Amino acid sequence: MNELSAKYPGEIQKILDKYPPERKRSALMPLLFLAQREEGFIRDEALGEIAQILDLQKTEVATLVGFYTLFHDEKGGSYRIQVCTDLCCALRGSEEFLESLCAALEISPGETTSDGLVTVEGVKCLAACDRAPMFQVQSEAGISYHENCTVEKTLDLISSWKEDQT
Amino acid sequence: MSDYVILRHREIPDIKQLKAYRTQGGFKAFENAVKNLQPDEVTEIIKASGLRGRGGAGFPTGLKWSFMDRNSWPHYVVANSDESEPGTFKDREIIEENPFQFLEGLAITSYAVGAEAAYIYLRGEFWQLAEFLDDKIKELEESRLLGKKLFGKKYNLKINTHLGAGAYICGEETALLESLEGKRGQPRLRPPFPPSYGLYGKPTVVNNVETLTNVPLILENGPEWYRSLGTDESAGVKVFSLSGRVNNPGNFELPFGSTYRELIYGYGRGILNDAPIKAILPAGASSAILRATDQVLDTPLEYASVKKLGSDLGSGSVIVIDDTVSMDWVINKTIDFFKHESCGKCTPCREGTYWMSYLTKQIASGDKKAEQVELLLEVANNIRGKCLCALGEFSVMGVLTSIERFPEDFGR
Repeated sequence: MNELSAKYPGEIQKILDKYPPERKRSALMPLLFLAQREEGFIRDEALGEIAQILDLQKTEVATLVGFYTLFHDEKGGSYRIQVCTDLCCALRGSEEFLESLCAALEISPGETTSDGLVTVEGVKCLAACDRAPMFQVQSEAGISYHENCTVEKTLDLISSWKEDQT
Repeated sequence: MSDYVILRHREIPDIKQLKAYRTQGGFKAFENAVKNLQPDEVTEIIKASGLRGRGGAGFPTGLKWSFMDRNSWPHYVVANSDESEPGTFKDREIIEENPFQFLEGLAITSYAVGAEAAYIYLRGEFWQLAEFLDDKIKELEESRLLGKKLFGKKYNLKINTHLGAGAYICGEETALLESLEGKRGQPRLRPPFPPSYGLYGKPTVVNNVETLTNVPLILENGPEWYRSLGTDESAGVKVFSLSGRVNNPGNFELPFGSTYRELIYGYGRGILNDAPIKAILPAGASSAILRATDQVLDTPLEYASVKKLGSDLGSGSVIVIDDTVSMDWVINKTIDFFKHESCGKCTPCREGTYWMSYLTKQIASGDKKAEQVELLLEVANNIRGKCLCALGEFSVMGVLTSIERFPEDFGR
């Protein structure tokens, strides 16, 4: 049984309806987002399930996971904090922000906190250059932007996630 | 009339509500086009307005539309909202705050080129924005402003959003189309160009969000009105994204012909801590970097004038560097970006950006041995002109121009 099809029949149909029926490969990226939603990464079995839905080879699905940075094939924290450290943000202190945030969480960039709650990493441009330091959060809820950040405000945000989980 | 053409929410804050947008005359231009104008007449109006693509290349918009192959159907329109280059953040504000004007522009464009399906390709990070747009599209369908047999005519239009997943290269129009087809975002060999071979191999117009958002008011007020806003050479207005070491970064809509000085010291309220200005990247991380002399600061913001200075106006993403920053650090940052975003298809770009990253890191960390800089120049010159798309070319612009124009930062 195809687990993805069983779990999200309505949403899969809604995605497929966006594209001409003979061009359903276009639904590949939206389906990968769907497969990633619950656990924050794409299980190996999901690749086969998507391939089955779209009449593709599994490798044609896997190649996209490797190419696009928002798809993950390994489990990370429940919340991925992705700090932009590109030129414009770095000119406004984002590298120092990333360093201080990681120090406060006792991790290095790219690592996950020991409780499995938060992964912090530096990423490339997020198109919010006027509101640095800024980061996006990837989680089950999707992707949200947080701008003009301070370490203090960010730690408060993380505390609120902790409360949500307990 | 509002002082703004694109950022009209700055004066009309509730313009993101359909009712308010319609009170301002919204969707009358689209209705009038569908009811009273032939598609080619719409294209002629846009041609006459002098509108050029705002995504960076500055290609005349109406001319692009007129290239659509009429012997191959269906036609598609794709809105490019993949903005991902350091320094560029205008399309997000436009969509967030003035979504209906953007959608009306997309609808008019679709009518002009005979497309009954349009896609909005948003970078994956704009997840919330895609959901927001889906709601707005639904509202338009419910109001019969999108859908079948619009305004009692034969014309149908369906607009869909599509999310990317984190790849700068998908802003390149043929890579974007590959991505929309469910493939890796790698550029195609051109020609053929999208107006003859685009999405699913069918004729396709790909336009930037800001470009499309200009369209409704041009139809409403006429091409002469639009031309009267800019200069003879560059018609209309442009949204400039100002970032870096300025006091007041943000988006500013200016008529073409304003100066860098007005932008940086007027709207941007000058440099942080009143430090002396050192350099300007006029078009994001891919810029040919300019030394910020008085002559540069007083140059009118027009396509030709900026070109004459030895750079490009591009997408109008102005990054300001002050004298606390060394240019070797700047190019190490830009190269790291392009190295990460190279799609890997062409060897000079894939390998060259890797080597430039290695070398600029060494140079920026203080190792400014002449041979390192020489090697960097050699690598950069071996990337130029040897790649399928512009990314490789973009990556070397900052390297070559900063070594040439700021030799003191490279121990030369």
